[in-house]
Amino acid sequence: MGPLIQLGRRLGLYALAAWVALTLNFLLPRLMPGDPAQALYARFQGRIEPAALDSLRVTLGLSDAPLATQYVLYLQQLAHGELGTSLVYFPEPVSAVIGTGLGWTVFLAGGALVVSFLLGSTIGALAAWRRGGWLDTVAPPLLSFLGAFPYFWMAMAAAWGLGFELGWFPVRHAYGPEVQAGATLEFVASALRHALLPGATMVVASLGGWVLTMRNAMLVVLGDDPIRYAQARGLPPGRIFLHYAIRNALLPSLTSFGMAIGFVVSGALLTEIVFAYPGQGYLLLQAVRGQDYPLLQGLFLTITLAVLGANAVVDALIIALDPRART
Amino acid sequence: MSARNSTRTTTPATRLGLTLVSAFALIALIGPFFVGDPTAFVAAPLQAPSAAHWLGTTGQGQDVLAQTVVGARTTLLVGALVGAVVVAIGALTGATAAFLGGAVDAALTWIINVSLVMPGLPLMVVIAAWLPPGPVTMAAVLALTGWPWHARVVRAQVLSIRSRDFVSACIVSGEPTWRIVVVEILPNLASLLGSAFIGATLYAIGAQVGLEFLGLGDLSGVSWGTNLYWATNDSALLVGAWWTFVPTGVCVAGVGFGLSLLGFALDARANPRLRVSGASGPGPQPTPVRRGDD
Repeated sequence: MGPLIQLGRRLGLYALAAWVALTLNFLLPRLMPGDPAQALYARFQGRIEPAALDSLRVTLGLSDAPLATQYVLYLQQLAHGELGTSLVYFPEPVSAVIGTGLGWTVFLAGGALVVSFLLGSTIGALAAWRRGGWLDTVAPPLLSFLGAFPYFWMAMAAAWGLGFELGWFPVRHAYGPEVQAGATLEFVASALRHALLPGATMVVASLGGWVLTMRNAMLVVLGDDPIRYAQARGLPPGRIFLHYAIRNALLPSLTSFGMAIGFVVSGALLTEIVFAYPGQGYLLLQAVRGQDYPLLQGLFLTITLAVLGANAVVDALIIALDPRART
Repeated sequence: MSARNSTRTTTPATRLGLTLVSAFALIALIGPFFVGDPTAFVAAPLQAPSAAHWLGTTGQGQDVLAQTVVGARTTLLVGALVGAVVVAIGALTGATAAFLGGAVDAALTWIINVSLVMPGLPLMVVIAAWLPPGPVTMAAVLALTGWPWHARVVRAQVLSIRSRDFVSACIVSGEPTWRIVVVEILPNLASLLGSAFIGATLYAIGAQVGLEFLGLGDLSGVSWGTNLYWATNDSALLVGAWWTFVPTGVCVAGVGFGLSLLGFALDARANPRLRVSGASGPGPQPTPVRRGDD
């Protein structure tokens, strides 16, 4: 199979998944048992502005039109980026509320994912290279133990210990109150300082997986003929490690990279809540607490589509980089 | 891990895993009989650990020890049940796809792959938000999102077993398909399914704690996730009340670490390359169960 056909198949899969997400988002409020939508609508009636009530009607699917007509209308609205009006942040439209948080989540989750991948794969490769050495003895069990803690608990412990007790790091928000958001050096420095602790807890919680994947792949590669041949030819060990072993062992880690995006984003959502970090996770909490269904569904849609898009990019990169993936 | 392990001996890591998991199972089973009512108001809120309350009190004056012990029962029960259900759904779907082949396989593989690429937490949150909160909702949401990975692994494995002679013999002798799958093929997957069950339980505990932390659990009940929810809600962090969230977190991690260690032991048993270094020590070769992946 040619790489293009393979790429097409993968992209087709993501397109299908995106359609399933869109349709689920449409069907969930309309198919839930016991008509909670009606009950909710009744609860909010009289408590919020008429405009919000109308928006709620549309989001909850309280319409007498046939399902197919509603579906077409729903897709049309989505195509225009209309996700309804938020109840918690009334009268802000959901799309505007989500837009403010998306960048922070991408920054936090993306940064943590890349750092964790690079650091973990390096530790795993070195551990396998010096099998039975101190790194191989200490790192895998220690990191598996740390990885057993929930992401957000790690965040709570770090926020309490390093933040409140020792006061080394800021523990709330994405940047300090003293700086203005903008392309200034102070703002960037403040944002980095605020992201350090949440990012670090996510790296610590997810490092173990990368270490183990890379270590196990390296062990298999190191036992294979090309490595023995390279050793027999008398190539320097450093060259064998970098050019022969790592390059061949990286495929399983790269393949898990796509799947890890979903996990890390989920972890980031909960970590944000602990640090009151103004990303998608914090909005998710507001939506759940305030039973803001339009916001909740908008968040589900944007997070899912973002993860699917990132996955598609990673898959395309893998197919382009590694000939073995083109099978 | 020494290079001379045979399949029979247990490593210290495996023993530690077994000890941790059994200890928590025991706490969940009989612990609640030894502590008081976890929801009762027993002392002033946010008291540090003392002789009267070994792990202190919560922001609502409840005993943290009682909450942790009773929470173990709820969380582990839901975790193990969901783990079993998830593996059962995954195994049946995967085995059916691999065994029937053709259009059924193609359709099921698409469903499996689409479910695999969907990020779990947002989906769980949006479904859980629409259902009435409670253990049943929690279990259903976790089961719904957890099965596809196991379906994929089982499908690959069944594909390889399917092509062996004894299965062909069953087909020729006219055994019904469901019987071949359930009686002839699934028992060959025992070690794979065991490892899958451990992984699925681990996932179920983690995801459940996360969802409850978000406030999507049954907030009137007591579980590890709701303990952590109340700890943040009552601003325990702001007043330095570490005892309200440390015991529960350590328990979650203890169970998780124990389960991971057991999982590694099962994987090493199934995949000799992870256990024996290089070409040394021939040792008894266990049945290779991962041969059909290519």
